Amino acid sequence: MKETPLSNCERRFLLHAIEEKKRLDGRQTYDYRNIKITFGTDYGCCIVELGKTRVLGQVSCELVSPKLNRATEGILFFNLELSQMAAPAFEPGRQSDLLVKLNRLLERCLRNSKCIDTESLCVVAGEKVWQIRVDLHLLNHDGNIIDAASIAAIVALCHFRRPDVSVQGDEVTLYTPEERDPVPLSIHHMPICVSFAFFQQGTYLLVDPNEREERVMDGLLVIAMNKHREICTIQSSGGIMLLKDQVLRCSKIAGVKVLEITELIQKALENDQKVRKEGGKFGFAESIASQRITAFKMEKAPIDTSDVEEKAEEIIAEAEPPSEVVSKPVLWTPGTAQIGEGIENSWGDLEDSEKEEDDEGGSDEAIILDSIKMDTGEVSNVGSQDAPIVLSDSEEEEMIILEPDKNPKKIR
Amino acid sequence: MEGALRANAKMSTESGVESSPRGPGCSLRHFACEQNLLSRPDGSASFLQGDTSVLAGVYGPAEVKISKEIFNKATLEVILRPKIGLPGVAEKSRERLIRNTCEAVVLGALHPRTSITVVLQVISDAGSLLACCLNAACMALVDAGVPMRALFCGVTCALDSEGTLVLDPTAKQEKEARAVLTFALDSVERKLLMSTTKGLYSDAEV
Repeated sequence: MKETPLSNCERRFLLHAIEEKKRLDGRQTYDYRNIKITFGTDYGCCIVELGKTRVLGQVSCELVSPKLNRATEGILFFNLELSQMAAPAFEPGRQSDLLVKLNRLLERCLRNSKCIDTESLCVVAGEKVWQIRVDLHLLNHDGNIIDAASIAAIVALCHFRRPDVSVQGDEVTLYTPEERDPVPLSIHHMPICVSFAFFQQGTYLLVDPNEREERVMDGLLVIAMNKHREICTIQSSGGIMLLKDQVLRCSKIAGVKVLEITELIQKALENDQKVRKEGGKFGFAESIASQRITAFKMEKAPIDTSDVEEKAEEIIAEAEPPSEVVSKPVLWTPGTAQIGEGIENSWGDLEDSEKEEDDEGGSDEAIILDSIKMDTGEVSNVGSQDAPIVLSDSEEEEMIILEPDKNPKKIR
Repeated sequence: MEGALRANAKMSTESGVESSPRGPGCSLRHFACEQNLLSRPDGSASFLQGDTSVLAGVYGPAEVKISKEIFNKATLEVILRPKIGLPGVAEKSRERLIRNTCEAVVLGALHPRTSITVVLQVISDAGSLLACCLNAACMALVDAGVPMRALFCGVTCALDSEGTLVLDPTAKQEKEARAVLTFALDSVERKLLMSTTKGLYSDAEV
């Protein structure tokens, strides 16, 4: 679907409001929207909501052989997908530019910053290493995808637990989650992206732009930082020219924001861990509000199926019996079986078939294949019989035998 | 007529078992549903069955590509995305089943030359995924205001080796079962809209 274009008056209104330091949702220039983090029942699954922008993150792992030039390091794979439900304009062929840009930024932020210790993912040097795969799905696009995606990625990685492995000499034992508790990944630091949108050639800036603001912005500056104030990635796009002190100021703001966000993430992870340990209920089911008109919950419901048998018998008695499907598969050789022999070849009797077209019109029961006459010939007799063969050792008692002069079905 | 009666028989017997007593497995897991959670799609719903959770978003009726337009009804498209990895053949076949079910209930004739897109995202999979997808799709279509002839719901049942029937199986029960059957039923006449089965089972069990 095509993106609905932004009207000129809306654009003017937004820019005017920004010049007066006002935002449509009432935030201040440096304010972030509400961040909400919920976890699923499997480890490594989380949904992050940044205002209305929603991203689903899932981490999974697999044992593979390592890359040839990095034999002792594990493999990290990141994939951000813009789901078609996130915005009507996201169609499979149409989003390549934005998708590539986001994926590249995410990779630089997480892979090049070495936040995950890849050496610890090695099981047997040169033979088996863990491949950690992070899949992110954008579910709703309301601006600032990169921030939400980076938070989702790092939260999912921190939440994830991989199966425990032990190596004794040449033997490698992989324990299932039931045998031994899964082990968390070793994460050095948590890089988080902070986006700054610039308007009017860099005069005005906004933190965490929402979708409307993104549409009217001139350029975007993304700074990925961790809580130790180390910059992991910095990227400026849109072709705006920024002054040195503007960039420095942005990095200071980013430092403050990242600290807040990291605290929030830590609290969410701790909460989830506590709930899991105490055996309480966790998962997405708990995050659905109970007193909302648009939500509905129902507890485990036993179904009373005791009287179904009588009802079923009644209905079966009333219904006509299904026509017999006589199919005895004939095994020619191992791997080749044949059910039936298809319809009799009627190329020879064209004059007859035209005559019988009138009788054919009336009978419409042969829609389903059941009533095709089944010539299940013996292994030695292949095809070209006119009369149907009744197998003497057939297990089917009632076999509907059709007369040879009536073609049950026309060849389409 | 005959087909409809047979469908009725099928539908009623799907929750019956030959003669063995009802086991304790005949209960649905805790389920929950929330509508209108996403701001961009016209309709959205999240459906949870136990630990299985599916999020559905519906766009429509909206503009359709000329190559895909149908002159007298709406073009229905279903997209199912798995959580991990790229969508494969299994997703395509599930999309087809869901699309066939939706096409049977959505009144496409009221919106010709438009497209109705249902996007499903698997949030977590712990058994009876197809039924959960069907339910989420139905709730999302309702939330979007797409005219429908009836509501529909999906139910999965698993038959294990002894012949006991379990409704709404978990992933473990599905793996150990000898047959897994999923049905879609409509709400008005309780007729069967779609059925898909996997495994070994006899006619009577169905």
